[in-house]
Amino acid sequence: MIPHNETMILETPFHSRCLAACEINLWEDWKGYRSAAAYTSMEQEYFAVRSNTGVIDISPMIKYRFTGPDSCAYLNRLVTRDVSKLAINRVAYTVWCDDNGQVMDDGTIFRLGENDYRLCAYARCLDWLMWSAEGFDVTIVDETAEVAALAVQGPTSCAVFKDMGFEGIENLKPFGMTYYPFENSQVMISRTGFTGDLGYEIWIEPDLAEAFWDAMFEAGKLRGIRAAGSAALDMLRTETGFLQAGVDFIPAEEAIRTGRSRSPFELGLGWLVSFDKPVFNGRKALLKEKKEGSRYAFVYLDVEGNKPAESAFIYSGNKEVGTVTTAAWCPTAKTNVAFAQVDARYGKVGQELKAEIYYERELKWTRVMAKCKVIEGAVFNPPRRRQTPAPDF
Amino acid sequence: MTNVDKNYDVIVVGGGHNGLICATYLARDGRKVLVVEANDSLGGASMTSQFSDNFSVSSCAHWLFQLNSDVASDMGINGSTLELAARDLSTIALAEDGNHLTISRDKLEGAGISEDDQKAFIAFNKQINKFCKLLDGAFKRRAPKLVEGNLTDRITLAKLGLGMKMLGKEDMSDLMRLALINIYDVMEENFDNELLKGAISLDSLLGSHMGPRSPNTVYGYIYRQMGEAYGYHGPAVVKGGMGAVGDALADSARKSGVDIEMGTPVNNINVDIDRATGVTLSDGRIFDAPIVVSNADPKTTFNKLVGLANIETGVARRVKTMRMKGDTAKLHLALDGLPSFSGLDKNQLGQRLVIAPTMDYIEAAFNSSKYGEYSKAPAMDISIPTIHDGSLAPDGKHVMSVIVQYAPYDLEGGWSDQNKENFKRLTIDRIAEFAPDLRDKIVASELLTPVDLEERFHIYGGHWHHGEISLDQILMMRPFPGASQYGTSVDGLYLCSAGNHPGGGVMGLAGHNAAKEIIKRGKEA
Repeated sequence: MIPHNETMILETPFHSRCLAACEINLWEDWKGYRSAAAYTSMEQEYFAVRSNTGVIDISPMIKYRFTGPDSCAYLNRLVTRDVSKLAINRVAYTVWCDDNGQVMDDGTIFRLGENDYRLCAYARCLDWLMWSAEGFDVTIVDETAEVAALAVQGPTSCAVFKDMGFEGIENLKPFGMTYYPFENSQVMISRTGFTGDLGYEIWIEPDLAEAFWDAMFEAGKLRGIRAAGSAALDMLRTETGFLQAGVDFIPAEEAIRTGRSRSPFELGLGWLVSFDKPVFNGRKALLKEKKEGSRYAFVYLDVEGNKPAESAFIYSGNKEVGTVTTAAWCPTAKTNVAFAQVDARYGKVGQELKAEIYYERELKWTRVMAKCKVIEGAVFNPPRRRQTPAPDF
Repeated sequence: MTNVDKNYDVIVVGGGHNGLICATYLARDGRKVLVVEANDSLGGASMTSQFSDNFSVSSCAHWLFQLNSDVASDMGINGSTLELAARDLSTIALAEDGNHLTISRDKLEGAGISEDDQKAFIAFNKQINKFCKLLDGAFKRRAPKLVEGNLTDRITLAKLGLGMKMLGKEDMSDLMRLALINIYDVMEENFDNELLKGAISLDSLLGSHMGPRSPNTVYGYIYRQMGEAYGYHGPAVVKGGMGAVGDALADSARKSGVDIEMGTPVNNINVDIDRATGVTLSDGRIFDAPIVVSNADPKTTFNKLVGLANIETGVARRVKTMRMKGDTAKLHLALDGLPSFSGLDKNQLGQRLVIAPTMDYIEAAFNSSKYGEYSKAPAMDISIPTIHDGSLAPDGKHVMSVIVQYAPYDLEGGWSDQNKENFKRLTIDRIAEFAPDLRDKIVASELLTPVDLEERFHIYGGHWHHGEISLDQILMMRPFPGASQYGTSVDGLYLCSAGNHPGGGVMGLAGHNAAKEIIKRGKEA
């Protein structure tokens, strides 16, 4: 743990480099860490990821390590997906629920070894993890501060790594991970990310963080490498249809008002729930929900026009049926996308709804009732995201 | 491994009194029921054991004072199936100066008791009995859930609410106030006599990890007095010891068609994802059944038999946080002859004797246990059953059974032989202060600490009531929210022990209510 009795905000192992790159000094607090919202301009950073390579410091992500003979059984009871199917050096996206089948958080599980896993989460939840450990032989360590991490995303990211000498990186499959020697130690690279593009995440010990950053930026100079902040990331994830905890759903433990949390089905994440595995948190409630129906549906909307439907009410005819949780004009897909939670009776793919959008131009507010259509999912989903070997750009 | 072919509808884990009662009701409903008991005798904590050659004693509970009368009658328990050697006994609060206080229902004698105290005692009892009657209605039914509130639950709640209203303004506000404070304050409000205050306080906390100043003790007292509503006007001595209760219930169960398997503990309650499928015994035999009813306490049930790994985190957490800390020991003495207590004749020796001279005495005794030590001057509840029942000891000889507060389960340094011996000595010496010739009469002795009680009766923490009887663990909170109507998060797994509503003691209602709930939910429950 980094002592922070003198400053309330922590700095990541890449901080010196982020600081140097952050020309507009736009910082925000990411779970206690100083984190750049944008370095130069959000648009520039967004396009770096879509056209070249954007580097996002994701060190503040909460990371837990699980070891011990019961670590697999433990995680299998904790999360909704079947962890026993996860092979070594593979990564899985999942959610985890409370007993009521309400989503507490989403994140990724990395299987590092036989009885060795890492869970990356949005929120700290050590208390819940420890409670869940009763009856299991598992050791849980919060290694958030012990592992420095970067998301290296975009079409040229593979090439940058090849230039760094990471031979064969192009053969790494999506959701796979591998190791390369770096300095006197090693770097773990996983083909994962939050942008829906070809991209990687790197995991390294904090002492080597700056050296890695320097080597990568040196190698990526001609590949258009650039640091990207959370604002760009938000647009990127919207374009590719990824949910953000705390934005698209309220983690069950944080929800104060009853009925404000959501189940995986209500977030369109039913595919993450595996009923044919041993008991897991929320199983009973989710089975019941499956049988009796959900309260809400989570929908992707293609909104008419180019005004982001931020915080808009959604109507079916004259009836208000839901609200928008995330909205953005997506430049690459050239689509005005919104994520919305609607009454479960609505939201079939292809259904026409309306979004009540308020926008301001030079102090003049306008209201539009924009038509929108329920779409299948991500509006940005390029082949390079999945291609193995990864293409060179 | 043997697979048993007989297709049981229900397996009851544990042949304690609640398990037997539950099994009997279910068998009478037409189900094939098997009771599996780890020990070689039935009745659970209602047991008689030989602790020395020819000397036997009720080895856990030693008085019968709150067996529910309806349940008893359903079980065919009457004078011919269960003989009471004595009943409606008085309680004698021993005084160091020999001027003891005798409490016989409403009547107080000795110890220079004042007219005011006598009057106040009658009024106090009247009020407590009102509260008991109020609870009586709720005790016979499953605890209502607060949230879902179906009709049955609403009726229970409405009756409870209406009952409170019917108490009248004064009693109702008294109940609301008293239930939340402690017996110490209530005693101070009502009485002057130290022995009286001490004796009532002791009743409010026997078997618990509480002192007179602990919240919840008033409820503990009301709970103990429930026996008044079931026709007990003081404790009774069961002929043959409390084991006779188990035997009588077992007879009743067998007559109703219940099969009973003894001497083999259940190792596991088998669960297929989230449904109970049967049990695995320690000898490897597996019995399958669609319904498993656990008469083991909730902690043992989930920690050991089901496994916390097989239930969801929220439930595991509730199991873990359930308060269940045994703080009571049992002392058994085999005596060559009747000891002479100063100021008591033989008839008086046959009553219930308590050593709790003042409330502060009990509180001081409790203080030690809070910090992991046994009481240096413990409070006690003493029975000499052989005065009424010669069957427990050879002619002319006696046994003394003593409930000792406080002996913490997690004693600092553990219950080593040395620690046990020291505590036993100290307890005997303390009794000997009232009965100087006691030590000379002892031919054998046995001390059961909460650790021994846990081992012998398979009760987590050696806690008599299968979980503290306190406002946070009664009604819809017993044993914990989500399992308070005998059903659990594991389909087909039910709980019927004293750890469930309405609670501990040899009362039998938990077993009764669990059976009713299972029957109500139908065959596929």
